[in-house]
Amino acid sequence: MTDPVNVPGRWEREFPLQTVIEEDGSADPARVTLTDAKALDLFRWMILSREMDERMVQLQRQGRIAFYIGAIGEEATVLGTVAGMEERDWLFPSYREHAGALYRGMPFVTFVCDLLGNAGDRMLGHQMPCHEAWAPGRFVSISAPIATQVPQAVGAAWAARIRGDDMVSLTWFGEGATSANDFHTGANFAGVHKVPVIMVCRNNGWAISVPRELQTASETIAQKAVAYGIHGERVDGNDLLAVHAATQRARVRAASGLGPTLLECVTYRVEGHSTSDDPRAYRGAEEVDAWRDRDPILRLGRYLTWRKLLPPDEVEALRAEARERIRRAVEDAETFAPKPSIQTLFQGVYAEPLWQQREQLDELRAAVAEDPRTSHPR
Amino acid sequence: MMRETRYIKAINEALSEEMARDENVFVVGEDVGGAGGAFSATRDLLARFGPRRVRDTPISEAAIVGIATGAALRGLRPVAEIMFADFLTLAMDQIVNQLAKARYMFGGMYTMPVVIRAPCGAGLHAGPQHSQSLEAWFAHVPGLKVVMPATPHDVKGLLKSAIRDDNPVLFLENKALYAMKGEIPDGEYLVPIGKAEVKRPGKDVTVVATSRMVHESLEAARILAASGIDVEVLDLRTITPLDREAILQSVARTGRLVVAHEAVKAFGVGAEIVAMVCEERPALLRAPPARVGAPFVPVPFAQEKLYLPAAADVVRAVQGVVSA
Ligand SMILES: Cc1ncc(C[n+]2csc(CCOP(=O)(O)OP(=O)(O)O)c2C)c(N)n1
Repeated sequence: MTDPVNVPGRWEREFPLQTVIEEDGSADPARVTLTDAKALDLFRWMILSREMDERMVQLQRQGRIAFYIGAIGEEATVLGTVAGMEERDWLFPSYREHAGALYRGMPFVTFVCDLLGNAGDRMLGHQMPCHEAWAPGRFVSISAPIATQVPQAVGAAWAARIRGDDMVSLTWFGEGATSANDFHTGANFAGVHKVPVIMVCRNNGWAISVPRELQTASETIAQKAVAYGIHGERVDGNDLLAVHAATQRARVRAASGLGPTLLECVTYRVEGHSTSDDPRAYRGAEEVDAWRDRDPILRLGRYLTWRKLLPPDEVEALRAEARERIRRAVEDAETFAPKPSIQTLFQGVYAEPLWQQREQLDELRAAVAEDPRTSHPR
Repeated sequence: MMRETRYIKAINEALSEEMARDENVFVVGEDVGGAGGAFSATRDLLARFGPRRVRDTPISEAAIVGIATGAALRGLRPVAEIMFADFLTLAMDQIVNQLAKARYMFGGMYTMPVVIRAPCGAGLHAGPQHSQSLEAWFAHVPGLKVVMPATPHDVKGLLKSAIRDDNPVLFLENKALYAMKGEIPDGEYLVPIGKAEVKRPGKDVTVVATSRMVHESLEAARILAASGIDVEVLDLRTITPLDREAILQSVARTGRLVVAHEAVKAFGVGAEIVAMVCEERPALLRAPPARVGAPFVPVPFAQEKLYLPAAADVVRAVQGVVSA
């Protein structure tokens, strides 16, 4: 029986997919929110992000880092949103937004040290790779449990209300995360209290092996905003200009007291979920290939070419430059001692260590001293 | 006839056999279908039993356990997979306030044959939110059974028993053991819930161990044998219900007790076992008992080896108890 109420296409019409860059690379200047210089700069960032992800996966395969999860194919979503925010705004990442941390000033070498978990790791070797934080850039630590950052982003923005500052917070999550309780409680609270938060859903089609259709019966993610009484938008997540413009709009709304926005960025996870899975087990190559043609870097490249900002050899030069930066960062990171010190085990658990932690540190030191060969006979 | 299999394969066999045996058994969890589970425990089950009985769920652990509870009310026997035991926290209300108490609160009118499988434990460089051993939390909740198998043989036999049990069973697998090989019988067999097993007999000291620490304790026993200390390793296998008799009988033989688990030592299963022996049969103990467990910190990524309790710690604890 056809459903007389839930008519297919209804919500896609209500939340149309917004694009700015046309197929041929042209764009309506009235809708472009980035200067040429800024667009070129973000192009560089997207290339760096891509090259970095590819290189880090190689390092993982070589056994030099334990794990990696990247944003290949999702660069426009990550960089378009972060670039649409102000310096003073706080970012609550999921785990693919490393380019956002770097954009916010995390030194590249520090990021690589975090992947290695070595003595240069600002996370003191506590976190697994790709769970970096960068407090000076207001880029908050990544948490493994899905969607937990959503209410936290709402809380940080709520704090801005209490403190009377005009910061807005932004949080990223996948479409799979919209199934999690924390997404709903966060969106609901934000709606009730008109909290200045932007909730960015990287709708990349897959949550590990589970396709979007098995995650939600909603036709779009953006329409979920309706139920919470908040603003929702759906943009082409592979179109940097569209993502940037939508983020700026959402930021203006938030800052002027109109409350949160749920921003759905439609993109695609071109690679496996992480270095831990093989996507060939659950999806076909045709689907992936179709999306490769819609690559966000090619897309922005076409716009820059149309603007006559990108000479033919420029992309290759930018890639080479990015690779050199990555090579140097890895080289510098590998000069640190391979492991953080023993006391890092006990640092940061409490503001002050407890008596048993002090004793346990002494015991551990004694055990290591007893058998320095293996650092501990294990 | 015995044959060799891996711990993870033994789990897969148990699921497959129980699903074939009983139509009411079904599997729910994240990525359990086409992907066959994050660690491949449910491999091929979708192809064999179809989507009605093997269901990928949206990402909500609370929903997974809640749905299992609701289906159990209707007489089904759900086996829920939580991808990492760390994420049991996202389903705590459904587990602790609902599932564990449902039979009680409904005056015993319903049984709750739900199994929640979850991989626990560190050793795979997975950091503070993918590596925890939280069994003590669940052992503290009346209404739940808590099982922690250490070998391919036991994991298969215990999972089959858990699925047939009419109580909610929290089934904590150790992901560092998934690749481990061991002998299992060819034919059907069960391992009863609530029964510990002596994995190595000895006369000088009892080491009660759980999960991965069983193997570390066996290694410690080999090391200590060289210096003439004869260690008995008792694999607890089930946390709740605790096999009090097996523990007391072993301590009666050896007169000394060490408990070894991977979870933090503070407020752990070790404390319960030591307290139980001290309360019930203090005269059995010729020396004060000792506990081996992790330091009171989250599981680190980089210095995981330093953090993890291992054979060396058991050796030290046994030496301390023996020389006391
Ligand atoms: C609470 C919780 N449950 C399960 C997982 C395991 N897990 C890690 S990533 C992931 C899929 C997330 O998909 P999505 O939110 O769409 O983001 P994507 O990875 O596609 O960017 C799952 C299920 C987790 N990390 N946390």
